[in-house]
Amino acid sequence: MIDRRTTIKWMLAASAAWPAWRTAVGQPRHGTALLRPPAAPGYGTDPDLVTSHKRGEFWPLTLSAAQRRLAAVLSDLIIPADEHSASASAVGVVDFIDEWVSAPYPVQQHDRPVVLDGFTWLDAEGARRGGKGFAELDTATQTAMCDSICDATRAPAERREAARFFALYRDLTAAAFYSSPAGARDLGYVGNVPLTSFEGAPPELLKKLNLT
Amino acid sequence: MAFVTPKSQQRSYDVIVVGSGAAGGQTVYTLCMEGARVLMLEAGRRYAPETETPMFQTPDQAPLGGVGTPQKPFGFYDATVDGGWQVPGEPYVRTTEDHGGRFDWWRARMLGGRTNHWGRISLRNGPYDFKPKSRDGLGFDWPINYEDVAPYYDKVELLIGVYGSNEGLENTPNSSPGCLLPPPKPIVSDYAIAKAARHLGIPVIPGHRAVLTRALDHRSNPKRIHPGNGRAQEILAADMQSRAPCLWATPCGRGCSIRANYQSTTVHLPPALATGKLDITTDAMVYEVTLGADGKASGVSFVDRTTGRHEHASARVVVLAASACESARILLNSKSAHFPDGLANSSGKVGRYIMDTVGSDVWGQVPQLESLPPLNEDGADGHAYYMPWWLYQQQRAGKLGFARGYHVEFSGGRRMPGPGTAAGLEWLTGGNYGAKFKQDVRRFYGSLVYFSGRGEMIPNENSYCEIDPGGVKDRFGIPVLRFHWKFSEHETRQAAHMQRTFGEIIEAMGGRPHRIETDGAKAILPGGLIIHEVGGAIMGADPKVSVTNQWCQTWDVPNLFVTDGAVFPSNADKNPTLTIMAVAWRAADHILERLRRKEL
Repeated sequence: MIDRRTTIKWMLAASAAWPAWRTAVGQPRHGTALLRPPAAPGYGTDPDLVTSHKRGEFWPLTLSAAQRRLAAVLSDLIIPADEHSASASAVGVVDFIDEWVSAPYPVQQHDRPVVLDGFTWLDAEGARRGGKGFAELDTATQTAMCDSICDATRAPAERREAARFFALYRDLTAAAFYSSPAGARDLGYVGNVPLTSFEGAPPELLKKLNLT
Repeated sequence: MAFVTPKSQQRSYDVIVVGSGAAGGQTVYTLCMEGARVLMLEAGRRYAPETETPMFQTPDQAPLGGVGTPQKPFGFYDATVDGGWQVPGEPYVRTTEDHGGRFDWWRARMLGGRTNHWGRISLRNGPYDFKPKSRDGLGFDWPINYEDVAPYYDKVELLIGVYGSNEGLENTPNSSPGCLLPPPKPIVSDYAIAKAARHLGIPVIPGHRAVLTRALDHRSNPKRIHPGNGRAQEILAADMQSRAPCLWATPCGRGCSIRANYQSTTVHLPPALATGKLDITTDAMVYEVTLGADGKASGVSFVDRTTGRHEHASARVVVLAASACESARILLNSKSAHFPDGLANSSGKVGRYIMDTVGSDVWGQVPQLESLPPLNEDGADGHAYYMPWWLYQQQRAGKLGFARGYHVEFSGGRRMPGPGTAAGLEWLTGGNYGAKFKQDVRRFYGSLVYFSGRGEMIPNENSYCEIDPGGVKDRFGIPVLRFHWKFSEHETRQAAHMQRTFGEIIEAMGGRPHRIETDGAKAILPGGLIIHEVGGAIMGADPKVSVTNQWCQTWDVPNLFVTDGAVFPSNADKNPTLTIMAVAWRAADHILERLRRKEL
């Protein structure tokens, strides 16, 4: 069976890139019990594709104010503001994540308990380390905690679930950020505009790269 | 004549065509331009790409950034309406969920079918591809040669608009002069991949896709397509002038509102409608070909999805073009005292020999492509280049361990950022986050390259569909298909070869493959996933072992034809759509001739 990471990569690629990239016929690995299963039919098989859709338009957003606060803090640790672009929370990443974990589809329903359990772990670990919920901790403690779970390949057994959560949350944060106009600008994407001709690779760049 | 309901249909037509995709579109186009009166029946809804296509919409305007869901499996903006791997209320059954034995069936319920979202890759079968059994003893030969189909390939290319080049490579045919549009200019990653591949002895040549890189020649092409038919030339010339060339932005899989690429809805149907000879009824779910007392097809029965009523339409000729498996399903469900095993099935071969394309993919990262200056690399949505199969000699000498070839589709570049752009990068970033992560995403963006092997599957006795013996029915009460699937070692070894080859190319670029799977049984994508399923009513020279003759005419019922991929007795590595259209055109010409001679 195709592993889930590959599945996600393909699913994401299917929407983002070359149409030949196939969405794998992805199923969640196991039937994880849902904390609060969203009950909504989704956007259906024939949604309006030409109007802009708002988060929460097709299913209610479900994160609490406290969860959204934590989500914002964590997203901004993953994608902070820099000289190129704003931080994750400034471009609507929290709404995206709320929409994601509230969605009625299998992948998202699988991710929901991973994210919510991860939030719970962060608050518990924050209380243990600094006597506060994660969002209220000082940046040094928050960073130390993230450092302990950001690399799933090196996380010890007792933090493996937390590390898995962090990897997923980083993917979701990045998915939201780089889908936004600010994220596209950050990457220097200059396409998606009509042109009368397409010139391909600039000869001087090919020369510089020794590709002529 | 135009869009009609069952109530406003004519009492009878010359021809009924079931399905509106590549095969149905081409069949009605050819028939109507030459004067036949045709009724097209489409199971899905009417669809208007001019107003419904999300051109330029960005991922932030879509739910979940536009990622695929069960309701829109290829992403929110994919053109597919009411379809995907599952269609609500229209199940199918398979014998196993296992990787090696499952078959997934992509359907669309919309006018134009899957042509609205397809990859537009338009490769000709070569001379070998029509005679595979003669070359290696496996599978089946077609009852026709490349030379029989070549004039129709020319006509399809002139009509729909295909870019590409003539390279004169083995089993990779040239088009006649003036048939192809110029290929788009390659992007940086194309040059980098081509350099590495050529170093390894793999040819890299311009791809062929049904995208207008410039306007079609509306003065010359209609004359070449419809010699001696002034009315058809006039209609086509007018229609060609209303198609705009590519504006070098927005993915083709969304469809194209300016009609710059081929969709049945934007290319075949408008001129066919302009003849005044075509009626189209949408929401018409055909389930049976009916028989007259004379043993000939009298028409088709269908469910009107808007009313739930069962209806019937009559014609002198019935053409199934509903997609390979759906056409087989209609035949198998058309049971009568005279045909207890389904219509046109005296050979027992209806539903047999379903083939997909062998698929296996690898992606990697290439340092040379990191941190390049901002460039618009949208182009014609990729595939400026591809690699045709190149190891004919080694294969002939028995050195490869698998009998048939594959071609390579590849992509790279600074594509529109989306949810996938920075996902799963730990293998490159070491799992960092924060300011360093942002720097890394900038660095790696545009440096990823993707390779897709697309290879020939040999038909076998274990890959077929049948009416579900468990009695499952769809929401209309129509019995559904059950699929059986198995790859042979010819396919799994080929998939392993793809993986090794792509790893070598990426390494020759100085890059790093994400993961190479050398176990072919794991490397091969499950059946159906490439959505190139063909077979199920194969053509042949012998009525005992085939369903149709070389004209797509069923052996058992003289006025019943199948013009979609069901008739393919082999499935070359070349993507099937162009061949579906060429073979459908040839069959439609034959139908016209027989109608004129009053033989049908």
